[in-house]
Amino acid sequence: MLEFRAITRHFGQTIAVEGISCTIEQGQFVALVGASGSGKSTLLKMVNRLITPTSGSVFLAGEDVAEQPLSQLRRRIGYVFQGIGLFPHMRVGENIAIGPKLTGERLSEGRIAQLLALVELEPEIAARFPDALSGGQRQRVGVARALAADPQLLLMDEPFGALDPITRDALGERVRKLHQDLGLTTIMVTHDMAEALLLADRVLVMADGAIVADETPQALLGGAGGAQAQGLVAVPREQASKLAVMARNE
Amino acid sequence: MSEILAQMLGLGDQLAAHVLLAASAIGLGLIVALPLAIWASRSPTVARIALGFASLVQTVPALALLALFFPILLSLRAVFGEGLPTLGFLPALLALALYALLPILRNAVTAQANLDPGVIEAADGVGMTSWQKLRLVEAPLSAPYIMAGIRTAAVWTIGAATLSTTIGQPSLGDPIFAGLQTQNWVLVLAGCLASAALALVADSLLGLIERGFATRNKALWLTAMAAVLAGVAAAFAVQFGANKEERIVIGAKSFSEQFILARLIGQQLEEAGFAVEYRDALGSAVVHNALTSDAIDIAIDYTGTLWANQLKREDNPGREAIYETLVAWEKETSGTLILGRLGFENAYAFALRRDVAERYNLASLTDLARASPEMTVGGDIEFFERPEWVAVRDAYGFNFADERSFSTTFMYDALQSGEADTISAYTSDGRIAADDLVLLSDPKEALPSYDALVLLSPETARNEAIVAALTPLVGAIDVAAMQQANYAVDRPDNKQSPEEAARALAKQIGLGPAN
Repeated sequence: MLEFRAITRHFGQTIAVEGISCTIEQGQFVALVGASGSGKSTLLKMVNRLITPTSGSVFLAGEDVAEQPLSQLRRRIGYVFQGIGLFPHMRVGENIAIGPKLTGERLSEGRIAQLLALVELEPEIAARFPDALSGGQRQRVGVARALAADPQLLLMDEPFGALDPITRDALGERVRKLHQDLGLTTIMVTHDMAEALLLADRVLVMADGAIVADETPQALLGGAGGAQAQGLVAVPREQASKLAVMARNE
Repeated sequence: MSEILAQMLGLGDQLAAHVLLAASAIGLGLIVALPLAIWASRSPTVARIALGFASLVQTVPALALLALFFPILLSLRAVFGEGLPTLGFLPALLALALYALLPILRNAVTAQANLDPGVIEAADGVGMTSWQKLRLVEAPLSAPYIMAGIRTAAVWTIGAATLSTTIGQPSLGDPIFAGLQTQNWVLVLAGCLASAALALVADSLLGLIERGFATRNKALWLTAMAAVLAGVAAAFAVQFGANKEERIVIGAKSFSEQFILARLIGQQLEEAGFAVEYRDALGSAVVHNALTSDAIDIAIDYTGTLWANQLKREDNPGREAIYETLVAWEKETSGTLILGRLGFENAYAFALRRDVAERYNLASLTDLARASPEMTVGGDIEFFERPEWVAVRDAYGFNFADERSFSTTFMYDALQSGEADTISAYTSDGRIAADDLVLLSDPKEALPSYDALVLLSPETARNEAIVAALTPLVGAIDVAAMQQANYAVDRPDNKQSPEEAARALAKQIGLGPAN
């Protein structure tokens, strides 16, 4: 489905991604985990060419993304932005329909309502402006917009970072279910290992522009993946055990 | 109050011209500023240069900027041909558009720079081309800030447009400049109030558009925009509407005598069946160029002024020789016709209070030179810098105890209060007779002559009916008649308007309507 071939990106003297090769199968839910500056967002953005690689290439369904028309490429790929990324001057409905509109296609009200329903929002919300919504509602609209053009691939860049824990959990579950129901291939960038372990089928751990671990959540919890990966896994594990101790002592 | 209102109601033509000028200038400013702002948002170098240039323009006083376009356009005639207007609408438009550039550009660039980077990334992420991004995201999000810039530009432009009167473009500055010169405060206030009211109306309408953009209320901004367009269209209709027949344009410099003589000429032409309009308060340097290029049709000028400013001569071959030379020179260089001398001079002359003149027993400048070490001489702001002063000082060997400069109005007061013993008066000034001043004779003819002349533009010179209508004015006005007319307009109380003074003058010299 998606293949990185020896892909590298430098920003001046800084190395963001260095020689990554990796294949992602159709239907996988992959989490890209790492500290800030590890190169995970850069790797993600090279898929839909928001960032151009310094060298190497990305193949989507057997085709080099560099050779596809940009607008067509981005229509095939749903993208959920860090922060929110909704257009403040467009109503929710217009925000959802923007991708298809760019290529001259008009989404029906029914289709917009359907997309809103996928992320558990009422159809009436389509007429509102983003600043009249809560943070969780806005990010749900962001997901609905990413799905508007029936993409095969869904990219999410820290999608739940700005949300409160309860909203975050609920939306994570929802996205995981959509991933299964719609048969998507999903790549999610996150710095939160717990989120990655709970939602993904496969976790890629990045450090200094390279992939240092490529494991299933079960394998990571079982101690695989090396020191850097285990350092990240240790945080939620310790939190969980402390909570378990507290619960017992009550 | 009702007087001001009456004056304001008579300003329809000036208001229409003012609206069209300001709207065109802002429109041109927009056409230049918006693409420049887009370019600037993609290149910091362009942003620096464009904003630097616009700021630099802003430091030039508006009056100077307007005046500067005259020589610029004159030199551009080499490229665009003789048909290129150098006065009136075109230079006013260009200068004001430059002036409108900065607020629009600065707000547009700032708006672009402050766009949320997340939103811009989202625009790229959903697959917008750079044109789509500009049209669908950057432009609508910047629109309220750009509107704020346009508002600022509109208020500045409407204010500064009053100054375009000085380069021969009718505007609401007409009554302001005319009123300032004749100290007719009603006229000044009428012009100021009309201009201020126009600025307020424009600002609030544009403010509504801005609010419509900011609150995404399409009905609001469409309505306000329609109101703005309707205003401009109405001005257009007034300006270019029905029965605007060919008019004879009479130019006047910015002092009372010129206003009165322009009206006198206008009344003569109206008698003869012509329609006329006045371009008052033109800059002194502008008048001659406007006339020779047919931008105005008729003007009054003075032999000494043309001798020094146009022929660049500093010698004094005598009154008759100067006149003959000027007539030939005008005919040769541009085809402008000096119809003749009106009969009086508006020259520099040294004036004293009668009691002072008698005490020192003074009748001529030779006498004055003798008494000068005990006296203070007063002059207008520029007098002591002028070649006339140097010439007369050296010719008679003046050695005054003190030299003091005054504004024209206060110069006569200074003479009365004894702050100056003698002043450089103007011979046709009404206050000479009113204050019973003595003018000293100039036996060495050191002061150049300033005979008042009627000049017709090359095109007007060929119009025999106009020449016939104005020929009776030649030699008809003596200095006493002119002094009286000037005083009627300049005196502090019971002022006459230039029209009234011109009618009285016509009657006195036996011209004009029989009543």
